[in-house]
Amino acid sequence: MSTEAAAPVDAATLLGWYEQMAVIRGTEKAAHDLFLRGLVKGTTHLAAGHEAVAVGASAALRPDDYVFATYRGHHHAIARGATPEGCLAELMQRHTGVCRAKGGSMHLTQADHGMMGSYAIVGAHLPMAAGAAWSAKLRGSGQVAVAFFGDGATNIGAFHEALNLAAVWKLPVLFVCENNRYMEYTAIHTVTAVPNPAADRAAANGMPGVVVDGNDVVAVHDAVARAVERARSGAGPTVVEALTYRHFGHSRTDPATYRPVEEVEEWMARDPLLVARSRLLGEGATEAQLDAAAERAAAEVTAAVRAAQAAPPADPADAYTDVWADGGAAWRT
Amino acid sequence: MANVRTGAGDSDVTTYRDAVAEGIAREMRRDERVVCLGEDIGAAGGVFKTTVGLFDEFGPERVWDTPISEQAIVGAAMGAAMTGMRPVAEIMFSDFLACCWDYLANEIPKARYMTGGQVTVPLVVRTANGGGLGFGAQHSQSVENWALAVPGLKIVAPSTPADVVGLMASAIRSDDPVVFFEHKGLFASKGAAAPPEHAIPLGKANIARTGTDVTVVALAATVPMALEAAERLHGDGISVEVVDLRCLIPLDVSTVLASLERTSRLLVVEENPYQGGWGATVASVVADEGFELLDAPVRRVAGDNVPLPFADALEQQVIPTVDKVVAAVRRLVSY
Repeated sequence: MSTEAAAPVDAATLLGWYEQMAVIRGTEKAAHDLFLRGLVKGTTHLAAGHEAVAVGASAALRPDDYVFATYRGHHHAIARGATPEGCLAELMQRHTGVCRAKGGSMHLTQADHGMMGSYAIVGAHLPMAAGAAWSAKLRGSGQVAVAFFGDGATNIGAFHEALNLAAVWKLPVLFVCENNRYMEYTAIHTVTAVPNPAADRAAANGMPGVVVDGNDVVAVHDAVARAVERARSGAGPTVVEALTYRHFGHSRTDPATYRPVEEVEEWMARDPLLVARSRLLGEGATEAQLDAAAERAAAEVTAAVRAAQAAPPADPADAYTDVWADGGAAWRT
Repeated sequence: MANVRTGAGDSDVTTYRDAVAEGIAREMRRDERVVCLGEDIGAAGGVFKTTVGLFDEFGPERVWDTPISEQAIVGAAMGAAMTGMRPVAEIMFSDFLACCWDYLANEIPKARYMTGGQVTVPLVVRTANGGGLGFGAQHSQSVENWALAVPGLKIVAPSTPADVVGLMASAIRSDDPVVFFEHKGLFASKGAAAPPEHAIPLGKANIARTGTDVTVVALAATVPMALEAAERLHGDGISVEVVDLRCLIPLDVSTVLASLERTSRLLVVEENPYQGGWGATVASVVADEGFELLDAPVRRVAGDNVPLPFADALEQQVIPTVDKVVAAVRRLVSY
C-alpha cells in the first residue's frame, strides 16, 4: 500500500463519488435484470464490485485525458461521462446507444469524454494507451492516458511490450490493473508466478508498481493522483494494482461457483459502496444524506432504463456505415 | 549521411528503395503530425535502407527507434493515430505482421466501426513483402492476402518508384488505416522519380502497358514480371495489356472490366498463395459482372500453397515467374 500522504478528500466530494458509484451499481444491476428478461442479448461482463477503481481513478483525471478499457468496462464508460441511458441503449440494441448499437456491452466508447474505447481482446489496449500517451507527449498537450485492465491481462505479451515501451520512452501513461483475483474462471495465483501480477512486474520494466485497496475509492483516487502527477511531470509511467472483487461471475453465463464462500463473504463485506458509506459517516455525513444520494442514483437508473427501452431500434442501414472515414463501407471502385 | 532526395533534382531516375524514404519525407515536411516508428529505422536507416535520411532531417522526436516489440509498435501507432497523430509504423518483414496480427485483424480495422464512427485511425503500417531473394520460409512470404481478409484495412502495393511516392502520399493523408506493402525484390529497381506534389489516389489502377489480346492483372513485383512477359510475347505477335492494380482495397474493378472490353481474356498474376489469394476475388468479380466480356476462362498464376523454400531452384518453382506468365498467356490465347 502506498504510504505517501495525499490531500484529504472533502465530504461533499466523497458524497459525489458515492452517488456516482451507486449510479454505476444500479446500471449494472439493470443490465443484469434486462438480460434475464431477454431484453439484452449477447453477453455482459459486469463490473459490480469494481466501482471504486473507475470512480476514484476518473476523479484524478482531467476531462481531456484518455482512458482505454476492457470488455468489462461499463463502469469506466459511466465514470468518464457516458450516460447510463446511452450505455443501456447500446446493450439493448437501440439506435441511441453510445456506439449506435454497433459495439455492444464489450465496446462501450464515449470518445468526446476521453473514453477511447473498450477492447475485448485481453491486454490489446495497453499498447494503444501507450500510443495515446506518446501522442500527448509529441503534441505537448499535458494529457495522460490510462489503461484499465484485469489481472488476466498481465500474462499477455502486449502487457510486457507496452510497459517496456512506455518506460523507455518515458510516456505519460498509467497502467491500472483491477485485480479481482480471477482470470475469467481461474484463480490468477494458480497461473502466475508472482503474488501481485501487475505491480510485481513494474520494476522489471523500470517503473513504480503500487498496490492499493481497490474497494476504497479514496485510496484509489490518491494512488492514481500521485501516478498522474508523476506522468504529467515527465517522469514516466506507473503501474497501479487495485485489489478488488467481482460480485458476479466472469460473464453472464458464469455463476462463479468456483469461488470459496468465505472468500465471497469477506469481499462482499468490503463492498466499495459500504466502504465509502462508512467513510462518509465517519466524516459526519448523515444516513439521510446517504439515502438521498442512493435514491437519486436509483431514480437516474430507472429513468435511463425507461428511456433506453423506448428508444428506436438499431437501423439496419447502419451496418454499412463507419467502416471508412468517409462514413461508408465501399471496398471497390 | 546523405539527406533524403528532394525530388527530380539532379537526376530523373531513382530507386524504389530511395522512393520510400522520399515519399515519407515529403509528407513529414508538409504535416508535422506525421511521425515514424519501427525497429532500426532511425540512425541505422532501416534494414532495407528505406528510411535513410529521415532521422537526420527530422530528428528523434519524429523518427523513433523501437524495441523488437511488434505489438507495441502497431498498438502504439494505433493509440497515437486515435489521438491526433498520423504515425507511419514499420514492420520490418511482412512475415512479422503475424506477431501483431491482433492489431491488424481485430483492433485497427474495427475501432471506427464498433464505436459507431467515434474513433478514426489514420495510420500507415509499412512492411517489406515478398520472395525471390532466398530468405527462407519466414522472411519471404507475400502476405497481402492476409490483409485482404480483414474488412477495414486499405491495402497498397506499388510497383515503381514514382508510384511509391504517389501512393505513400495518399496512404499517409488517408484518414483510414493503410497497410503499405513494399516489395523486397523491387528495392533495387529503378524508375522515373516522382514529380513534385505527386499523389496517386488510392484505388486507381494503372494501365502499365496497352494491348488487345489478353489483360494481365498484376501487383507490385508481378507488374515488371508481366511487362517482361508481354515484351517477349510481343515478338510472337501477341498483344498483352498489363493492369497494375496498385491497391487491393479499394479494388479498381472498373479498370479491369474496361480492359476486358478491349481484350476479352484475363490472367491474374499474384505472388501470394493461390489458396485464398486476391486473384480469386478479381476472378469472382469478373465472373459475376463481366462474364459476357470473356472469350476464355479466367486464369491465375499464383504462389503454390507451400511454405517458401530457400534454394533458388525450389523458390522459383513455387512463385510466379516470367516463364509461367508467358505460358499462361499462350494457353489463354489458344483457347
